[in-house]
Amino acid sequence: MAALGVATGGGNWFSALALGVTLLKCLLIPTYHSTDFEVHRNWLAITHSLPISQWYYEATSEWTLDYPPFFAWFEYALSHVAKYFDQEMLNVRNLNYCSSRTLLFQRFSVIFTDTLFVYAVHECCKCIDGKKAGRELTEKPKFILSVLLLWNFGLLIVDHIHFQYNGFLSGLMLLSIARLFQKRHMEGAFLFAVLLHFKHIYLYVAPAYGVYLLRSYCFTANKPDGSIRWNSFSFLRLISLGLIVFLVSALSLGPFLALNQLPQVFSRLFPFKRGLCHAYWAPNFWALYSALDKVLSVIGLELKFLDPSKIPKASMTSGLVQQFQHTVLPSVTPLATLICTLIAILPSIFCLWFKPQGPRGFLRCLILCALSSFMFGWHVHEKAILLAVLPMSLLSVGKAGDASIFLILTTTGHYSLFPLLFTAPEKKNLFLIGWKLSTSLAWGLWKSSVNLYSLSPLGS
Amino acid sequence: MEKCYLMTAVVLLGLTVRWTVSLNSYSANLCTSCRYLLPGAGKPPMFGDYEAQRHWQEITINLPIKQWYFNGSDNNLQYWGLDYPPLTAYHSLLCAYVAKFINPDWIALHTSRGYESQAHKLFMRATVLIADLLIYIPAVVLYCCCLKEISTKKKIANALCILLYPGLILIDYGHFQYNSVSLGFALWGVLGVSYDWDLLGSLAFCLAINYKQMELYHSLPFFCFLLGKCFKKGLKGKGFVLLIKLACTVVASFILCWLPFFTEREQTLQVLRRLFPVDRGLFEDKVANIWCTFSVFLKIRDILPHHIQLMISFCFTFLSLLPACIKLTLHPSPRGFRFTLVSCALSFFLFSFQVHEKSILLVSLPVCLVLREIPFMSTWFLLVSTFSMLPLLLKDELLMPSVVTVIAFFIACATSFSIFEKTSEEELQLKSFSISVRKYFPCFTFLPRIIQHLYVGLLLPWPLPRSTGSGSAGPAAMAHGPSRSAACGIFLDRGMNPCPLHQQADSQPLCHQGSPEGHSFDSETSNLFIFIFIIT
Repeated sequence: MAALGVATGGGNWFSALALGVTLLKCLLIPTYHSTDFEVHRNWLAITHSLPISQWYYEATSEWTLDYPPFFAWFEYALSHVAKYFDQEMLNVRNLNYCSSRTLLFQRFSVIFTDTLFVYAVHECCKCIDGKKAGRELTEKPKFILSVLLLWNFGLLIVDHIHFQYNGFLSGLMLLSIARLFQKRHMEGAFLFAVLLHFKHIYLYVAPAYGVYLLRSYCFTANKPDGSIRWNSFSFLRLISLGLIVFLVSALSLGPFLALNQLPQVFSRLFPFKRGLCHAYWAPNFWALYSALDKVLSVIGLELKFLDPSKIPKASMTSGLVQQFQHTVLPSVTPLATLICTLIAILPSIFCLWFKPQGPRGFLRCLILCALSSFMFGWHVHEKAILLAVLPMSLLSVGKAGDASIFLILTTTGHYSLFPLLFTAPEKKNLFLIGWKLSTSLAWGLWKSSVNLYSLSPLGS
Repeated sequence: MEKCYLMTAVVLLGLTVRWTVSLNSYSANLCTSCRYLLPGAGKPPMFGDYEAQRHWQEITINLPIKQWYFNGSDNNLQYWGLDYPPLTAYHSLLCAYVAKFINPDWIALHTSRGYESQAHKLFMRATVLIADLLIYIPAVVLYCCCLKEISTKKKIANALCILLYPGLILIDYGHFQYNSVSLGFALWGVLGVSYDWDLLGSLAFCLAINYKQMELYHSLPFFCFLLGKCFKKGLKGKGFVLLIKLACTVVASFILCWLPFFTEREQTLQVLRRLFPVDRGLFEDKVANIWCTFSVFLKIRDILPHHIQLMISFCFTFLSLLPACIKLTLHPSPRGFRFTLVSCALSFFLFSFQVHEKSILLVSLPVCLVLREIPFMSTWFLLVSTFSMLPLLLKDELLMPSVVTVIAFFIACATSFSIFEKTSEEELQLKSFSISVRKYFPCFTFLPRIIQHLYVGLLLPWPLPRSTGSGSAGPAAMAHGPSRSAACGIFLDRGMNPCPLHQQADSQPLCHQGSPEGHSFDSETSNLFIFIFIIT
């Protein structure tokens, strides 16, 4: 305790923030957890009790393994610690097993793996230019960024209540971004490749990485006007990047390739049968589309334009995960969503290619890719908004304009996460408080950053 | 503007911590459907404090006011009979009206005993939160905002530390009580009299006493401070007018609260009997005061007759708080008032009759108020006060929230006040004490270092739960053998000096404003030392 005091006294605010949020996470241990808790317990059981050849075939529980192999290995590693807490949780047949030790272990595993996230935030703070900051701690961009990231309200609900492992995954993403800012491109690429094999949702932002690394790393120099200089292409760099990606993928998918299980793995990873919208609609374009379709079908029925017998039975609002046909508007296929997403990210990719603005431009493109994929993707979870919110925090401490966009994005994004807390109103109460906390904090800090930056025009 | 946002963020953080503590379950299996069980839940026939509060709502809404404090067929006083003053009963009545509107089953006479459901728990927790939000938290915020001669940042840090004090959070939101109401009113009282709004302050304090009779621990300092103010203004002029006005305010507020019970003499007497159960004995269970500690060596409860015990505790209490009160009456000042609150509450806690371990909260509130003046000692005391309630918290299976909130509070104080840097004699307000000791022991120069080492040493075993086993009353007193005896060794010689306090008070030169108060409140700091060493 005395060491804690010495560490956090004397102005070491980063440790205080990190410790503070860790303590809050400990207080959230007994709160509601969703079926994701059982999902991860099941994966612990599968990876611990069964051989690798069974991992992607096991279907005793409805929550089958649908993350890439590195995550499965991660669960495997965790299961070796889990056996000291409660051996029973590692039994595949123990569906919905939830002893107090299981809960404690799972919750602590999330809290512990968040260490990577804390480290990544620390690295990101190094990338922020704080020279123009005032003397007040709350005006320093590093402090603001640390608060926005470490105390990110969305991450707290999704990870420490709803139960997931987004903390360390986001940490990997932020770390790879930080490495790119620090011009350590190989490391950044490696980290992102690893991240992809932990959770393939990060494919949303892969185009940004691909284009940026190709354009700004493989082409070593630009012409004076900023356009591409073709003869500066470094084949060596391209090969090394390719090699990194290839080696990581080989490590991840190799064993399953050897077992001829790749098609099965991919069918688990990309379940297109799940339908356009998730059970709880992510607030994206297709939600509006489906809502419009619903409204039109109701009007059509009222005005007798539609024949009631021809209307499909499956309803998008039933809260189930299944395929669905739209009534009035044309039905949407996965290919259609892909095309819409590609069209949406094209402008930012173009900018990144033709007018690269260094790491900040890359970050902007990354956020736009994440948002576009969120808007037009197939079967998007509302949790995917965190992919855009977290990197956006980095931009928001740089420019006043970005800060105001960030405020809107974070408020609406976090509000849209509320349906994840599917329980008694007491949860909603807590999150209203937390929401207000984050909003007022963001507002206050934005205000101070606006004061700070209104005088100095920052480039990109 | 920024100050407003930061203060809002601090308040919201306090509320978040409170709410998350209230979500804790008390059954062994955290994953059962009854996830939000409360202390004593599922433990018939008596359940716990939660059931007591629910029962009072049942009694107050279903029975006429004349039957609230009397034993009857509808009101069995053995089953959580009402034993707080009328304002608690009115508060319960108000909550009961809301409960009736939502679900009458919660407060149905007789049939609702032991009623437990998620919705009901949400309702009960919400009542605590709302009471806190309306009374205690605004008082804390206002207190911190009105502090003089410190920067905005320090004010906000002060508010954060006070709001994060673990003892109150764990008892109110974990164990389930409404201490924040009485402490909040008391704090409004402190604010009022410190900033010369004497009538409002005394009204607020009367409300506090009428909510929980334990607030009488704070009554003497209020009385002495206001009396001192009257003397200062001159008893022949304004002072007399003020005295009359205060007397009228106090009498009026008491009459208003007790009006329904003043109709018959028997009513008043019965309420008083319920409020002051002198039959219950010198102390109960484990409590970190002198009598409980002393009973490890000598079982006073068994040896001495009842009325002797009463007299002894009265004498000790009175004697220990006399110096500070006299000083306050002669030289009233807001700073002196705060320190006297600490001293008197501590005297009552240590020596009084039938003290419950939760009464430490009555000492903790004034210590929170002097946090910025002696941050090191105050933080130490507040941590130890939470520790002293550990047996109670462990019974309610609140170990995790206790540990977490204590660490959070410690970090908040360490970051806000740099407590490890401010440990010179001057900053610990022990300069004149050290000087007087050095008259007899010239080599006594190492006090700050000892304090620092003791603090570190005593804090080390904090997370380990104490065994709550055998009836032996003060197991905690026997712990930390070497460091304790070392500490007692240092202070034993102080005890040999017959009247150190008297000596200090006399040795002060006539004054400029700051210093006399600083010296004369060494007694309070010394009291704190003794207390800490005894209970740790």
